[in-house]
Amino acid sequence: MTKTVATTPSTAAASIEKPVPHLGRLDAIGYLICLGGIVRRELLRFFNQKERFFSALVRPLVWLFIFAAGFRNTLGVSIEPPYQTYVLYEVYVVPGLAVMIQLFNGMQSSLSMVYDREVGSMKVLLTSPYPRWLLLLAKLIAGVTVSVVQAYAFLAIAWFWDLDIPAIGYVAALPAFIASGLMLGAIGLLLSSMVKQLENFASVMNFVIFPMFFASSALYPLWRIRESSETLYMICMANPFSHAVQLVRFALYGQFEPIACAVVVGTTIAFFTLAVIAYDPGRGIMARRGGPAGDTA
Amino acid sequence: MSDAPGASAALDVAGVSHRFGARAALSDVSIRVERGRFMALLGPNGAGKTTLFSVITRLYASQDGRVSIFGHGLDREPSRALARLGVVFQARTLDTDLTVEQNLLYHASLHGIGRKAAKARIAVLLARVGLSDRRDDKVRTLSGGQSRRIEIARSLVHEPKLLLLDEPTVGLDLESRADIVAIVRALVREEGLSVLWATHIFEEIDGADDAVVLHKGRIVARGTANSIAQGDESLEAAFRRLVAEPPRQAA
Repeated sequence: MTKTVATTPSTAAASIEKPVPHLGRLDAIGYLICLGGIVRRELLRFFNQKERFFSALVRPLVWLFIFAAGFRNTLGVSIEPPYQTYVLYEVYVVPGLAVMIQLFNGMQSSLSMVYDREVGSMKVLLTSPYPRWLLLLAKLIAGVTVSVVQAYAFLAIAWFWDLDIPAIGYVAALPAFIASGLMLGAIGLLLSSMVKQLENFASVMNFVIFPMFFASSALYPLWRIRESSETLYMICMANPFSHAVQLVRFALYGQFEPIACAVVVGTTIAFFTLAVIAYDPGRGIMARRGGPAGDTA
Repeated sequence: MSDAPGASAALDVAGVSHRFGARAALSDVSIRVERGRFMALLGPNGAGKTTLFSVITRLYASQDGRVSIFGHGLDREPSRALARLGVVFQARTLDTDLTVEQNLLYHASLHGIGRKAAKARIAVLLARVGLSDRRDDKVRTLSGGQSRRIEIARSLVHEPKLLLLDEPTVGLDLESRADIVAIVRALVREEGLSVLWATHIFEEIDGADDAVVLHKGRIVARGTANSIAQGDESLEAAFRRLVAEPPRQAA
């Protein structure tokens, strides 16, 4: 133990206690700066991980090039809104594949939240002075930004497939993609609070991603499913992913689907609220998760 | 820094208890870090140091007791309290794929600091920790000691007046350890920063420092480091004696 000169507290000067200053600002502008910073970090990380960007694009393209090409002759998709004529299977499947990108992205964000929690960078985020729900919302918006970029990158490549999507559809689809991205991100956010360790993520693939994707209107129109099973049809109708796909599908053809929109918005609010509760310092998982390893008494 | 007599402490932890299920991690812990003081928090592994840090940083709310930072209660005014608190966590928490400056700018934004002000502040801090020339390097190219210095710089970006460090020198070589201790001590001396430094490395503590010993979730000794040791006893010997006994709450 070294015995050197002590550090002494400074002498008293003021007699009235003034708030101790700090550099940051806690108002709305400060929050926008915070939001911008979180989105920027997410984008930087995304573009740093080139493999992630490419694998996110390759997955739906494989579906489109191979799977859809294989099925185009076996599956005729008959007239159903928003389509006004018979469409090729490739045309039918594109909106679902675009939203699939967002589904994977939502789960990827959730995965990175779990990772952040394990390595500790989540702590850095949560010691920000802004209310926790605002931080989670910023995380969500950051994830959606990435997922919308990916969805449009896919549409840009798919454009070569003669999809007959009107120009206005690409614009109209933006709010739909944002809404579906928010919904899938909110689901991912709640999942991230429930998944204890990174390794458990395989079960998220099995029990969340695959059922959501396959039991939906992404790959086949639901009336076809109804023909084979009424129960399965009901499940697909209850699946919020189906509604996200329908919202985007209609928007791509310049139409608005109010029921799908209501389901997507409602699901987003419900899951985001649950995620905020789960991350609340007082009652949430952070407190009950058993705490840091070793701290026992 | 000017403190009035009776001014609120930099950190006031009052009667904090926390349980994980049936397991008590903290039992009635009270710690007061005065403004401009360096306080050492000593405790063996598993004593509850990390839980205490988690409660002070509001990762989770304490089930009992109260934590205030410069008079702002974490329960009532969490934003004001956290805005005045800087933390260096035990685990490395920098984004290794991002550059030093990107990491620090991210942190600045988490505190609502605009880019221009943040860049100016970052330049000052990097000079302070002696790493100005590494600003545009990716964090993964830094050594352990350098990353730690960057983490200290990061914890100061928003100009907090209270700094918490959870075993910041663990796993570092002697020279890096000395650098980090010197940087933090200079901040206390020159800028009046208040520091709570968790450690079990006794060389890092001066005799006149305030110190508390945490053992099995309870404070078992408090005072200056010199006063905790009895007679000719070294602080290390005193510590071993304290943690060998069943925990008895210190007054």
